[in-house]
Amino acid sequence: MIYLQLCIEFFKTGLFSVGGGLATLPFLYAMAEHYPWFTKAELTQMIAVSESTPGPLGVNMATYVGMKTAGPLGGILATFSLVLPGLIIIILIARALEKFQKNQLVQNVFSGLRPAVVGMIAFSATSVLENAFFLAGTDFSSFSLGTLDWRNIILFFVLLFAVFKWKKHPILYIAIGAIVGIVFQF
Amino acid sequence: MKDYFELLAAFFRIGAFTFGGGYAMLPMLERELILKHKWSTMEELMDYFAVGQCTPGTIAVNTASFIGYKRKKVPGAIIATLGVILPSLIIIIILAAILQQVSDYPVVQSAFRGISAAVAALIVQSVWGMGKSGVKNLLGVILMILSFYFIFFLKVNPVWIVLGAGGMGAFAYSEIGKKSLKKLLTPFRKEEFK
Repeated sequence: MIYLQLCIEFFKTGLFSVGGGLATLPFLYAMAEHYPWFTKAELTQMIAVSESTPGPLGVNMATYVGMKTAGPLGGILATFSLVLPGLIIIILIARALEKFQKNQLVQNVFSGLRPAVVGMIAFSATSVLENAFFLAGTDFSSFSLGTLDWRNIILFFVLLFAVFKWKKHPILYIAIGAIVGIVFQF
Repeated sequence: MKDYFELLAAFFRIGAFTFGGGYAMLPMLERELILKHKWSTMEELMDYFAVGQCTPGTIAVNTASFIGYKRKKVPGAIIATLGVILPSLIIIIILAAILQQVSDYPVVQSAFRGISAAVAALIVQSVWGMGKSGVKNLLGVILMILSFYFIFFLKVNPVWIVLGAGGMGAFAYSEIGKKSLKKLLTPFRKEEFK
């Protein structure tokens, strides 16, 4: 029963991958080893496609892997199984938070957490910046003036100025980025 | 009914315009949840992220569940979560067969290069906004720098950072902490002194 196996595997992945989409990858590689569903090489291709498709990476991977393994129903079941554990846990935590939100200790804990969250998000921003600033196949570790994507860096600063000056909807800036990329053949 | 549809539509837009995963959807969340619908404050969003770092699941899905629950309890959490995963389901199931070829087209690659610059600009602005509402005193600056240092240079698991910073908060804002760390806790801006 391939559908049941998919559900169990992706439920496990959803339950144990703490910290976002990239955390699901080790589980997917383990699946490639245990089941004849897909090979590691296929998985690498699926990651590349999932990264360039809109939506959270973990969700994209579940849909894609489920789809490749057992058709559209497989894709739907794998995705639902992936998000189910998180959904249940968050509902339980949200309930508890509702009760303890006014609690002074809880408020103090969150006062310490918020600046730390800013630091952690600044960290994930660095990899977004790295991806935008360096030419394909290079990163900060191979830094030289030749590995920098100058046209994209200029576009970044122009858009950064625009984002701070006119606070329009993010979709507008994403569309501008896509159009400039196509017109100037980035 | 209208509330559920709004939840579904807002999170559908967030899912459909998240490029790059993880916190790349922060600008969309900020726009839809804080500015447009006023379902959440920046502080709450940061609290959800902190919890999301220690619980299973992707950040986008966790945040959807939180906001959905806050609006409409369990059905709201389910609807919002459904909204954020629907774009992935639709795009990948319909286009799986051709996605691989499509993503190799030069014109698609050019578009994604440009999009990467836009996403980078948007996330810098979001981090800036988050810093302004999350870092209010010297202790905040120290915690922010420490958190970045531990995760970027030492590759410490975020769970430990959340536990450490939460513990620091519990101590510093307690009665004993308030007396001994006065200088660290003085707000930068007077109007925020409560």
